[in-house]
Amino acid sequence: MTQDSVKTSGFKVVGTRPDRPDGVDKVTGRAKFGADMYAPGMLHAAVVRSPHAHAKIVRIDTSKAEAMAEVKAVATRADFVDGLKGEDWNILENVMAGEKALYDGHAVAAVAATSALAARDAAKLVEVTYEILPHVTDVDKAMEEGAPVIREAAANHSVPDGMHANVVRFHESGHGDVEKGFAAADLVVEETFQTEATHQGYIEPHACLAQLGNDGRGEVFCCTQGHFNVQKICAKLVGTDASQMRVTASEIGGGFGGKTAVFIEPVALVLSRKSNRPVKLVMSRAEVFRATGPTSSTSMDVKIGMTKDGKITAGQGTFRLQGGAFPGAPADFTAMCAFAPYALENVHQRGYDVMTNRPKQAAYRAPGSPMGAFAVESVIDELCNQLGLDPIETRLKNASKEGTKASFGPPFARIGLVETLEAAKDHAHYAAPLGEGEGRGISCGFWFNHGGETAVSLALSEDGTAALSVGTPDIGGSRASMCQMAAEELGISYDKIRTTIADTATLGYNEVSHGSRVTYASGLATIKAARDAVEKLCGRAADRWGIDRDAVYWEDGCAKPSGSNAGDFDPLPLAELTKNMGATGGPIVGHFEATPEGAGVSFATHIVDAKVDKETGQTSVVRYTVVQDAGKAIHPTYVEGQYQGGAAQGIGWALNEEYIYGDDGRLQNSNFLDYRIPVASDLPMIDTVIVEVPNPGHPYGVRGVGETSICPPLAAIANAVSGAAGVRLTQLPMSPPRILEALDQQANG
Amino acid sequence: MKYHNPASFEDASAIAAQAGGTTRFLAGGTDVLVQLRADIVTPNDLIDLKNIDGVKDILCDKEGWTVGVAVSGAEMSEHPSLQSEWPGVVEAMDLIGSTQIQGRATLVGNLCNASPAADSVPAMIAAGASVTLTGASGSRTVAVEDIPTSPGRTSIAQDEIVSQVNIPRQVPNGGDAYLRFIPRTEMDIAVVGCAVNLQVDGDTITQARVSLGAVAPTALLVDAAAQAIIGSKLDDAALDKLAAAASAACNPIDDKRGTIKFRTHVAGVLARRAAKIAYDRARAAK
Repeated sequence: MTQDSVKTSGFKVVGTRPDRPDGVDKVTGRAKFGADMYAPGMLHAAVVRSPHAHAKIVRIDTSKAEAMAEVKAVATRADFVDGLKGEDWNILENVMAGEKALYDGHAVAAVAATSALAARDAAKLVEVTYEILPHVTDVDKAMEEGAPVIREAAANHSVPDGMHANVVRFHESGHGDVEKGFAAADLVVEETFQTEATHQGYIEPHACLAQLGNDGRGEVFCCTQGHFNVQKICAKLVGTDASQMRVTASEIGGGFGGKTAVFIEPVALVLSRKSNRPVKLVMSRAEVFRATGPTSSTSMDVKIGMTKDGKITAGQGTFRLQGGAFPGAPADFTAMCAFAPYALENVHQRGYDVMTNRPKQAAYRAPGSPMGAFAVESVIDELCNQLGLDPIETRLKNASKEGTKASFGPPFARIGLVETLEAAKDHAHYAAPLGEGEGRGISCGFWFNHGGETAVSLALSEDGTAALSVGTPDIGGSRASMCQMAAEELGISYDKIRTTIADTATLGYNEVSHGSRVTYASGLATIKAARDAVEKLCGRAADRWGIDRDAVYWEDGCAKPSGSNAGDFDPLPLAELTKNMGATGGPIVGHFEATPEGAGVSFATHIVDAKVDKETGQTSVVRYTVVQDAGKAIHPTYVEGQYQGGAAQGIGWALNEEYIYGDDGRLQNSNFLDYRIPVASDLPMIDTVIVEVPNPGHPYGVRGVGETSICPPLAAIANAVSGAAGVRLTQLPMSPPRILEALDQQANG
Repeated sequence: MKYHNPASFEDASAIAAQAGGTTRFLAGGTDVLVQLRADIVTPNDLIDLKNIDGVKDILCDKEGWTVGVAVSGAEMSEHPSLQSEWPGVVEAMDLIGSTQIQGRATLVGNLCNASPAADSVPAMIAAGASVTLTGASGSRTVAVEDIPTSPGRTSIAQDEIVSQVNIPRQVPNGGDAYLRFIPRTEMDIAVVGCAVNLQVDGDTITQARVSLGAVAPTALLVDAAAQAIIGSKLDDAALDKLAAAASAACNPIDDKRGTIKFRTHVAGVLARRAAKIAYDRARAAK
């Protein structure tokens, strides 16, 4: 795709902070979330889930449930399509178990009844006979000889010979000679790290309303980050044409990557097909924890060499990721991102994707990157401590720049890591004295960002306003940003544009809202669609003036003749051109369909002050500053919100959030009481600094910002806590018992 | 499930006596309704106590305080003099749940739910509180520490209902305090709880009661911990003895909320900290 020059100045709407268009709906309760849709004759579904971590399903007896008068359908795996292959089979196997239940909470059957209570009672009457199998939930144990095999022959060609069958993907990359690099170092530090699985913790549980007839025509209303993906997967799993499956995305109460996967919609569809009634399926919080995707847990070894003056001579990392009962843990991303902030002559990284008896991991904000950063940035901190070096100066000395060969291969284009480090160094936070018992931590972080298939449509109305349709669910205020970009191009005011998340029948395929892609890709598409509409408007003006189309240009919301040679005509405002568009050539619609590939990578630097109570092991985060490159902040408030949100989720991941499994392989804490997400009073006000180093791949220089913000916190907090406690913490979460244990071990040598 | 709405404790007792299966009482409902919604307990009989006369009253005379079974945490916190006389008891109750929960949650519910981690229970034990039980053969008074018998179980008979909480008047030069450990700052459940109630003569402690929560199957009244500080001026040696006695009394479990080692250690830390607060309050009392 050709790249236009990047506009970096003269913005009228972009960079301002208007109210979000969906704000009133959300604060008044008018917004419709996944569970807010009702249909005449609607049934309620409930899912029967395995209480076992690993078990053969011997028999499912549905007769007692079916005998209940309120029950209209019971579904098992037999009601789905047979013969799927590859990833499609994996998705179906996760949606509804086949021969084996693979984790505590795995769906084995589902019922639809006339009320939610009746469905719940009926689900208890479904009798499943299990033959319990040995299980494994820990990543290191799953790789050991003799560990139970989750599935034979799940590994692909990437896995070296001799690995356990649970190792299903392998990644290796790097360059240079790390042994030579370590030999040139004045100090080499090697450490092993662990992180536990954390859940995205979105407030809205998965919910859908689905209808499917025996004619194969389906309708789904659901809470998702990508309704086109729901359309594609549902069609495959129930056996109908994608185009016969119309999916509409609800408002979304948080996703963070976790709602890019499909869990319940195909179940509701088969129940609907069997009962010939619309079926609503809403997960409980416990179901969300047990049966949707948390992150991978990890076990990692990192070794880094450094000279006395802070030059990194070599970096080596081995990253083992547990991804639940299916392939797909982002071990490759962890390996590729871990050293990305640094320009290294010698770097080598390996990633292992390991299956266990846990729910299939799902994307969570920069999947894989935060854990690798935790390990690498902790070791860099340790090197700086032992060599008496300033952590920001040391990172500046090694920072990746434009042209640097990335640790994962290609050279970087224009990037803003140095700018974030310099802004952090100059920030008042970095110079502020620490209080009693406090420590300060620094970390950088990196995420690729993504483009992806994108289609938008911008229809002008007779009254000179515009209706923009995009296909990417608004998970972070994107409708406001889209309106701003369209307003900037069209030259009409922000509130004259309405952005709608259109259903799958309205637009071409749109990839899910992931990879921090929406403001970048749907934004680029919006700008191009607006330019397409502007071209058509200029054509109408040229026709009206009887001059050549090339002799008309667009400025300040008006068509104007391009100089005196073109003729002397008064500017024609947009509303003047749309007023009679039916008679001057028909409706004016701008559109754009493509797969933009210029998503600029984004870097961040975080500064954290933490205080540790050495008697109880309790940590409080007392000050937090996020510095991140946004390329161009379209709506700075929502950019700041992404920065703060990433930091807040990182604080939870670092300090208290974790999946806790019992010896029986069952999840022990499937509720928000015992899965300890931070509450408002746990957080300091999180300060933000927006750095703007334009991305050459976007017309305004936008880089995605949603994910990079969660890459540095784990390490930055660990470095602060380790400083405050006086002992290196290598295991997340750094819960109070773990901190006391580390202090105890240090005291006892 | 049958819902009952009796007008007196005697009527409630008669309903409870006849109920065969699982019986639950509804005051604030912050435990019962959650358990019902989560499909943990489906009572056969649900007996609502909120409409009995006097259940929303906080009364005080020379003998002591009585707190009705439907008095919410928020009402205790906003009472003009309960907080100044028993700050530890009121603070313990106030730590439970969110602002919304505080509008419903009750002392009696917290006690009868019989969780070893209940925040208000150690505070009531340290304060020397009791409850009045109304049953088929009349009423009796039982010390709070004798109500829970194990997690989820109490010594209350099938026909008995707690009809009020009795808290003595705080003695002159007395002070109490409650602290709990949670990994977060609020909206969590105690990993360890500790209440201290003591009386001073000048700077010397003359009486004390120390109670621990979440470190054993029921909240503990730890006499050895009290003896460790009685007669002292809460100097470092006394605090060390107090912490050791508190830790020694622990009989906790390893679970998702904390380890045995952690709970045992932190019980001592909280005992020190709570004792200091109670001591300062007692010395400031007039």
